[in-house]
Amino acid sequence: MEAIKTHTGTALPLRRSNVDTDQIIPAVYLKRVTRTGFEDGLFSAWRNDPDFVLNKPEHAGVSILVAGPDFGTGSSREHAVWALMDYGFRVVISSRFADIFRGNAGKAGLLAAEVDPSVVEVLWAKVEADPTTPVTVDLESREVRAGDVVAPFRIDDYTRYRLLNGLDDIGITLTHDDAITAYESSRFPWKPVTL
Amino acid sequence: MGKTLAEKVWDEHVVRRAEGEPDLLYIDLHLIHEVTSPQAFDGLRLAGRRVRRPDLTLATEDHNVPTLDLDKPIADPVSRTQVETLRKNAAEFGVRLHPLGDVEQGIVHVVGPQLGLTQPGMTIVCGDSHTSTHGAFGALAFGIGTSEVEHVLATQTLPQARPRTMAVTVNGSLPEGVTAKDLILTLISRTGTGGGQGYVVEYRGQAIRELSMEGRMTVCNMSIEWGAKAGMIAPDSTTFDYIEGKPEAPKGADWDAAVAHWQTLVTDGDATFDKEIVIDAAEVTPFVTWGTNPGQGVPLGSTVPSPDDFAEESDRVAAAKALEYMALTPGTPMRDIAVDTVFVGSCTNGRIEDLRLAAEVVKGRKVAEGTRLLVVPGSVRVRLQAEEEGLDKVFLEAGAEWRGAGCSMCLGMNPDQLAPGERSASTSNRNFEGRQGKGGRTHLVSVPVAAATAVAGHLASPADLD
Repeated sequence: MEAIKTHTGTALPLRRSNVDTDQIIPAVYLKRVTRTGFEDGLFSAWRNDPDFVLNKPEHAGVSILVAGPDFGTGSSREHAVWALMDYGFRVVISSRFADIFRGNAGKAGLLAAEVDPSVVEVLWAKVEADPTTPVTVDLESREVRAGDVVAPFRIDDYTRYRLLNGLDDIGITLTHDDAITAYESSRFPWKPVTL
Repeated sequence: MGKTLAEKVWDEHVVRRAEGEPDLLYIDLHLIHEVTSPQAFDGLRLAGRRVRRPDLTLATEDHNVPTLDLDKPIADPVSRTQVETLRKNAAEFGVRLHPLGDVEQGIVHVVGPQLGLTQPGMTIVCGDSHTSTHGAFGALAFGIGTSEVEHVLATQTLPQARPRTMAVTVNGSLPEGVTAKDLILTLISRTGTGGGQGYVVEYRGQAIRELSMEGRMTVCNMSIEWGAKAGMIAPDSTTFDYIEGKPEAPKGADWDAAVAHWQTLVTDGDATFDKEIVIDAAEVTPFVTWGTNPGQGVPLGSTVPSPDDFAEESDRVAAAKALEYMALTPGTPMRDIAVDTVFVGSCTNGRIEDLRLAAEVVKGRKVAEGTRLLVVPGSVRVRLQAEEEGLDKVFLEAGAEWRGAGCSMCLGMNPDQLAPGERSASTSNRNFEGRQGKGGRTHLVSVPVAAATAVAGHLASPADLD
């Protein structure tokens, strides 16, 4: 997984709360056999509406999603995080995340930055006034910056450490490779093998 | 202080333990199938990782496969893609695969034990909740998600928080004609579907000791239906006799060493469980479900309950909703419920002993008019063994369908499904809404009840046929 120390990009103002994972990506997309390529499923029902904010040309190339509270509720599907990342998002900013979504995001390398509700409002206003406004999310200092706005965001220490170092679950376990190899040499020789 | 069986197996597999972190557990056997593995392999590819221990990994095709027309390509494109993807991934990563058409193909939880790969004291995982089946051998076996499948493929380990332990003690002997399935359905009706949440359960006591390995697998298989992380039974001579001589079982001096170790895998006399449940086996009778979760069951001799029978408001609401879906009227004798389809098979009841029990009941009898009986062996080996014993002829002469191996009508992922409104008596493990096909209505039953129901055309036990 790709490390993220600080990210600067343009932001999408998604003026909705309770964005559940069925809205982020509907179940019909879960039948696939790949781990990537879910960008077409992202918000697919909402994208049928030409006025949906993600369809607007001025928001092309966005990489930061700014959403209302309770983002990522509902089904535990990991595909919701994959779809956001496949589309090009590296950061989601909200005032409250669903627990499972927050966990899935950290595991896959998507930064879920929790801010005060007032910060979401300020960012929405700023980005709507000028969609080209560069927004910086600084994980080292846990700060969101956009023009004259400077606001702190919350993220737990362990997830922050993992994102800064680009360590997914497997990457962390592989840092204990010596212990795994040592364990393997101590296994009973009669344990079954398939090959 | 002594340790429980679960704690012994757990402690033998800890690769790394650190304060405030989950234990890193070594996995002895990783079983995979076509539905939950594609994205795990794709994840490995994206990260440039390999399968650490292909020699501790085994793949088979079961969830999506048809059980008829096996020589034709799989009709459903999504199913076909998943099966083809598994074949491609197994070849690319060097994993042993038993595909459709192979003599070792079958339901993953039937294949492991019959190959002798499932042994006492092992840790076994699979991207399937019924992995708990393998606990019947005294293994610690549990289902995992796709991300965890990827983690095990890459590292052969899994970070796991230490679970709590529970004992379910079944005293006395099960009455004649009462099976392991009746026992586990009775237990789930008492605990509810969440009663085992967070626990590794050890089933023990005289009635458990008296069960065959097939019966023990049926009990452990349904551990997940009352929320348990895993179910286990301490290995004994029944276990060792079952394993000895199987293709992948230890041989010669290895066998002796293995058995010596397996004999230590019992709960110590001074060990304590976090929770204990005691059941009197003599009270267990043929048991069937009336609702839409495995905990909504009653004795076959009983009647459809009324929502008013339940003390808790949430149970009353659930019962009313279930009765509406199942189109049942409170007070109806369970034996008066007519069924369209009877399914004998699945990882719960698709082994040779199950087929023998079913054949014994239908032998010399006919499946009732308007009812169909599907008999689906859990594996190709089970099918071949049954044919060697002439069971296929018994089923065909009775008017049943004799099919190829797979998960079949246990879940609506392959062509074997109920039509909307159809009612089944099924030896499988889940009676959720739509589980056996959209709008289908499922009654979970034991094998003898399933076979007798097929003959009677309504829910029945073999004794009702005389």
